[in-house]
Amino acid sequence: MMNQLIFLYFAVVILASAVLMITRRNPIHSVLFMLLLFFHIAGVFVLLNAEFLAAVQLIVYAGAILILYLFVVMLLNVDKESLAARANKFWPWLIAFGALVIIEIAALISRGVFPTEAGQLMHFSAGAGVNDLGELMYRNYLVPFEISSVILLVGLVGAVMLAKKDSTQ
Amino acid sequence: MIPLSWYILLSAALFTIGVVGVLSRRNVFIVLMSIELMLNAANINLVAFSHYLQSLTGQVFVIFVITVAAAEAAVALAIIILLARNRGSVYVDEFNILKG
Repeated sequence: MMNQLIFLYFAVVILASAVLMITRRNPIHSVLFMLLLFFHIAGVFVLLNAEFLAAVQLIVYAGAILILYLFVVMLLNVDKESLAARANKFWPWLIAFGALVIIEIAALISRGVFPTEAGQLMHFSAGAGVNDLGELMYRNYLVPFEISSVILLVGLVGAVMLAKKDSTQ
Repeated sequence: MIPLSWYILLSAALFTIGVVGVLSRRNVFIVLMSIELMLNAANINLVAFSHYLQSLTGQVFVIFVITVAAAEAAVALAIIILLARNRGSVYVDEFNILKG
Protein backbone atom coordinates (compact mmCIF):
# COMPACT_ATOMS: atom_id res chain seq x y z
CA MET A 1 0.00 0.00 0.00
CA MET A 2 2.78 2.39 0.96
CA ASN A 3 4.73 1.39 -2.15
CA GLN A 4 1.69 2.05 -4.31
CA LEU A 5 1.28 5.54 -2.86
CA ILE A 6 4.96 6.29 -3.46
CA PHE A 7 4.68 5.01 -7.03
CA LEU A 8 1.59 7.16 -7.65
CA TYR A 9 3.43 10.23 -6.36
CA PHE A 10 6.38 9.52 -8.69
CA ALA A 11 4.09 8.83 -11.65
CA VAL A 12 2.04 11.99 -11.18
CA VAL A 13 5.13 14.19 -10.87
CA ILE A 14 6.80 12.49 -13.86
CA LEU A 15 3.80 12.95 -16.14
CA ALA A 16 3.09 16.50 -14.96
CA SER A 17 6.67 17.64 -15.43
CA ALA A 18 6.82 15.92 -18.84
CA VAL A 19 3.72 17.82 -19.99
CA LEU A 20 5.11 21.07 -18.58
CA MET A 21 8.45 20.33 -20.26
CA ILE A 22 6.97 20.12 -23.76
CA THR A 23 4.67 23.12 -23.30
CA ARG A 24 6.94 25.79 -21.78
CA ARG A 25 7.90 28.74 -23.95
CA ASN A 26 11.31 29.30 -22.38
CA PRO A 27 13.76 26.42 -23.06
CA ILE A 28 15.49 27.01 -19.70
CA HIS A 29 12.23 26.27 -17.89
CA SER A 30 11.93 23.11 -19.98
CA VAL A 31 15.41 22.02 -18.89
CA LEU A 32 14.52 22.58 -15.23
CA PHE A 33 11.32 20.54 -15.53
CA MET A 34 13.40 17.84 -17.22
CA LEU A 35 15.68 17.87 -14.15
CA LEU A 36 12.65 17.29 -11.88
CA LEU A 37 11.57 14.46 -14.17
CA PHE A 38 14.98 12.75 -14.06
CA PHE A 39 15.03 12.88 -10.24
CA HIS A 40 11.65 11.20 -10.04
CA ILE A 41 12.60 8.57 -12.63
CA ALA A 42 15.56 7.76 -10.38
CA GLY A 43 13.02 7.32 -7.58
CA VAL A 44 11.07 4.85 -9.72
CA PHE A 45 14.34 2.94 -10.29
CA VAL A 46 14.88 2.73 -6.51
CA LEU A 47 11.34 1.39 -6.18
CA LEU A 48 12.30 -1.34 -8.67
CA ASN A 49 15.43 -2.41 -6.71
CA ALA A 50 17.78 -0.83 -9.26
CA GLU A 51 19.79 1.40 -6.93
CA PHE A 52 22.88 1.48 -9.16
CA LEU A 53 20.83 2.63 -12.14
CA ALA A 54 19.22 5.33 -10.00
CA ALA A 55 22.70 6.64 -9.18
CA VAL A 56 23.73 6.44 -12.85
CA GLN A 57 20.53 8.24 -13.84
CA LEU A 58 21.32 11.11 -11.47
CA ILE A 59 25.03 11.34 -12.33
CA VAL A 60 24.88 10.89 -16.11
CA TYR A 61 21.46 12.27 -17.06
CA ALA A 62 20.92 14.99 -14.47
CA GLY A 63 24.58 15.77 -13.88
CA ALA A 64 26.10 15.58 -17.36
CA ILE A 65 23.57 15.54 -20.22
CA LEU A 66 21.19 18.09 -18.75
CA ILE A 67 23.99 20.49 -17.80
CA LEU A 68 25.24 20.23 -21.40
CA TYR A 69 21.74 21.19 -22.62
CA LEU A 70 21.62 24.07 -20.15
CA PHE A 71 25.01 25.36 -21.31
CA VAL A 72 24.01 25.32 -24.98
CA VAL A 73 20.60 26.89 -24.32
CA MET A 74 22.31 29.70 -22.45
CA LEU A 75 25.12 30.02 -25.04
CA LEU A 76 22.74 30.53 -27.94
CA ASN A 77 20.70 33.67 -27.81
CA VAL A 78 17.06 32.59 -28.03
CA ASP A 79 15.38 35.73 -26.73
CA LYS A 80 13.05 36.06 -29.73
CA GLU A 81 11.35 32.87 -28.53
CA SER A 82 9.00 35.03 -26.46
CA LEU A 83 7.33 36.33 -29.63
CA ALA A 84 7.42 33.24 -31.87
CA ALA A 85 4.87 30.46 -31.97
CA ARG A 86 5.69 27.53 -29.71
CA ALA A 87 4.25 24.72 -31.81
CA ASN A 88 3.57 24.07 -35.47
CA LYS A 89 0.05 24.16 -36.90
CA PHE A 90 -0.64 20.47 -36.35
CA TRP A 91 -0.51 20.53 -32.55
CA PRO A 92 -4.24 19.99 -31.78
CA TRP A 93 -4.25 16.93 -34.04
CA LEU A 94 -1.09 15.63 -32.38
CA ILE A 95 -2.52 16.00 -28.87
CA ALA A 96 -5.67 14.16 -29.97
CA PHE A 97 -3.48 11.45 -31.51
CA GLY A 98 -1.44 11.14 -28.31
CA ALA A 99 -4.55 10.87 -26.12
CA LEU A 100 -5.92 8.22 -28.48
CA VAL A 101 -2.69 6.20 -28.28
CA ILE A 102 -2.64 6.35 -24.45
CA ILE A 103 -6.30 5.24 -24.25
CA GLU A 104 -5.58 2.41 -26.66
CA ILE A 105 -2.56 1.18 -24.67
CA ALA A 106 -4.54 1.43 -21.41
CA ALA A 107 -7.34 -0.64 -22.95
CA LEU A 108 -4.82 -3.25 -24.12
CA ILE A 109 -3.14 -3.38 -20.68
CA SER A 110 -6.48 -3.73 -18.89
CA ARG A 111 -7.17 -6.92 -20.87
CA GLY A 112 -3.87 -8.55 -19.88
CA VAL A 113 -2.73 -10.44 -16.79
CA PHE A 114 0.40 -9.06 -15.14
CA PRO A 115 2.42 -10.23 -12.14
CA THR A 116 2.18 -8.15 -9.00
CA GLU A 117 5.15 -9.74 -7.23
CA ALA A 118 8.73 -10.10 -8.35
CA GLY A 119 9.72 -13.54 -9.62
CA GLN A 120 11.50 -16.18 -7.56
CA LEU A 121 14.69 -16.66 -9.56
CA MET A 122 16.59 -13.81 -7.96
CA HIS A 123 19.38 -15.20 -5.81
CA PHE A 124 20.98 -11.95 -4.73
CA SER A 125 19.73 -9.75 -1.95
CA ALA A 126 18.74 -6.12 -2.41
CA GLY A 127 21.79 -3.87 -2.67
CA ALA A 128 24.16 -6.65 -3.72
CA GLY A 129 22.88 -6.48 -7.30
CA VAL A 130 25.78 -4.33 -8.52
CA ASN A 131 28.18 -7.30 -8.38
CA ASP A 132 25.85 -9.40 -10.51
CA LEU A 133 25.25 -6.49 -12.85
CA GLY A 134 28.98 -6.00 -13.41
CA GLU A 135 29.57 -9.70 -13.86
CA LEU A 136 26.77 -9.90 -16.43
CA MET A 137 28.00 -6.82 -18.28
CA TYR A 138 31.69 -7.76 -18.43
CA ARG A 139 31.12 -11.46 -19.12
CA ASN A 140 27.97 -11.94 -21.22
CA TYR A 141 27.77 -8.49 -22.80
CA LEU A 142 31.44 -7.67 -23.32
CA VAL A 143 31.17 -7.01 -27.07
CA PRO A 144 28.23 -4.55 -26.72
CA PHE A 145 30.20 -2.88 -23.93
CA GLU A 146 33.19 -2.38 -26.24
CA ILE A 147 30.90 -1.13 -29.02
CA SER A 148 29.38 1.42 -26.64
CA SER A 149 32.88 2.67 -25.83
CA VAL A 150 33.47 3.16 -29.57
CA ILE A 151 30.15 5.04 -29.75
CA LEU A 152 31.35 7.35 -26.98
CA LEU A 153 34.63 7.93 -28.84
CA VAL A 154 32.72 8.77 -32.04
CA GLY A 155 30.51 11.15 -30.07
CA LEU A 156 33.55 12.86 -28.56
CA VAL A 157 35.40 13.29 -31.86
CA GLY A 158 32.22 14.21 -33.74
CA ALA A 159 31.20 16.90 -31.27
CA VAL A 160 34.66 18.50 -31.41
CA MET A 161 34.85 18.28 -35.20
CA LEU A 162 31.38 19.76 -35.71
CA ALA A 163 31.57 22.60 -33.23
CA LYS A 164 35.08 23.92 -33.86
CA LYS A 165 35.56 26.95 -36.06
CA ASP A 166 36.78 26.19 -39.54
CA SER A 167 40.27 27.74 -39.57
CA THR A 168 41.24 26.75 -43.13
CA GLN A 169 39.18 29.48 -44.78
CA MET B 1 2.73 -4.58 -4.22
CA ILE B 2 2.73 -2.59 -7.43
CA PRO B 3 1.46 -4.44 -10.51
CA LEU B 4 3.70 -4.51 -13.57
CA SER B 5 0.94 -2.90 -15.64
CA TRP B 6 1.31 0.38 -13.75
CA TYR B 7 4.89 0.73 -14.87
CA ILE B 8 3.98 -0.13 -18.46
CA LEU B 9 1.21 2.44 -18.44
CA LEU B 10 3.54 5.11 -17.00
CA SER B 11 6.16 4.32 -19.60
CA ALA B 12 3.63 4.36 -22.45
CA ALA B 13 2.23 7.71 -21.35
CA LEU B 14 5.73 9.18 -21.05
CA PHE B 15 6.67 7.87 -24.50
CA THR B 16 3.52 9.34 -26.05
CA ILE B 17 4.19 12.74 -24.47
CA GLY B 18 7.69 12.53 -25.98
CA VAL B 19 6.30 11.72 -29.44
CA VAL B 20 3.86 14.63 -29.28
CA GLY B 21 6.71 16.92 -28.20
CA VAL B 22 8.97 15.82 -31.06
CA LEU B 23 6.26 16.25 -33.68
CA SER B 24 4.69 19.49 -32.48
CA ARG B 25 7.37 21.77 -31.02
CA ARG B 26 9.35 24.21 -33.17
CA ASN B 27 12.29 24.80 -30.85
CA VAL B 28 15.01 22.26 -31.60
CA PHE B 29 16.05 22.04 -27.93
CA ILE B 30 12.61 20.88 -26.89
CA VAL B 31 12.60 18.37 -29.74
CA LEU B 32 15.90 16.89 -28.50
CA MET B 33 14.71 16.80 -24.89
CA SER B 34 11.56 15.00 -26.02
CA ILE B 35 13.82 12.36 -27.58
CA GLU B 36 15.52 11.98 -24.17
CA LEU B 37 12.02 11.63 -22.69
CA MET B 38 11.28 8.70 -25.02
CA LEU B 39 14.60 7.04 -24.12
CA ASN B 40 13.70 7.39 -20.43
CA ALA B 41 10.30 5.80 -21.04
CA ALA B 42 12.07 2.83 -22.62
CA ASN B 43 14.42 2.70 -19.61
CA ILE B 44 11.51 2.50 -17.15
CA ASN B 45 10.06 -0.35 -19.19
CA LEU B 46 13.38 -2.22 -19.26
CA VAL B 47 13.98 -1.86 -15.51
CA ALA B 48 10.39 -2.86 -14.68
CA PHE B 49 10.56 -6.02 -16.77
CA SER B 50 14.02 -6.77 -15.36
CA HIS B 51 12.55 -6.58 -11.83
CA TYR B 52 9.51 -8.73 -12.51
CA LEU B 53 11.39 -11.31 -14.58
CA GLN B 54 14.27 -11.36 -12.05
CA SER B 55 16.84 -10.99 -14.79
CA LEU B 56 19.51 -8.30 -14.72
CA THR B 57 19.83 -8.17 -18.54
CA GLY B 58 17.32 -5.32 -18.69
CA GLN B 59 19.48 -3.21 -16.38
CA VAL B 60 22.56 -3.86 -18.57
CA PHE B 61 20.59 -2.59 -21.55
CA VAL B 62 19.59 0.53 -19.62
CA ILE B 63 23.30 1.30 -19.15
CA PHE B 64 23.82 0.97 -22.92
CA VAL B 65 20.81 3.20 -23.60
CA ILE B 66 22.21 5.88 -21.27
CA THR B 67 25.60 5.64 -23.05
CA VAL B 68 24.00 6.10 -26.47
CA ALA B 69 21.88 8.99 -25.13
CA ALA B 70 25.00 10.76 -23.85
CA ALA B 71 26.81 10.41 -27.18
CA GLU B 72 23.68 11.49 -29.06
CA ALA B 73 23.23 14.57 -26.88
CA ALA B 74 26.86 15.65 -27.44
CA VAL B 75 26.69 15.30 -31.24
CA ALA B 76 23.20 16.81 -31.50
CA LEU B 77 24.14 19.86 -29.44
CA ALA B 78 27.22 20.37 -31.62
CA ILE B 79 24.95 20.26 -34.68
CA ILE B 80 22.60 22.78 -33.04
CA ILE B 81 25.49 25.17 -32.37
CA LEU B 82 26.53 24.82 -36.01
CA LEU B 83 22.96 25.43 -37.24
CA ALA B 84 22.52 28.46 -35.02
CA ARG B 85 25.85 29.86 -36.24
CA ASN B 86 25.18 29.28 -39.96
CA ARG B 87 21.42 29.80 -40.24
CA GLY B 88 20.78 32.06 -37.25
CA SER B 89 17.77 30.14 -36.01
CA VAL B 90 16.82 27.32 -33.64
CA TYR B 91 13.40 26.57 -35.15
CA VAL B 92 13.09 23.27 -36.97
CA ASP B 93 10.58 24.54 -39.56
CA GLU B 94 13.09 27.13 -40.79
CA PHE B 95 15.62 24.42 -41.68
CA ASN B 96 14.18 23.64 -45.13
CA ILE B 97 17.32 23.86 -47.28
CA LEU B 98 16.81 20.27 -48.53
CA LYS B 99 13.22 20.95 -49.57
CA GLY B 100 12.68 20.43 -53.31
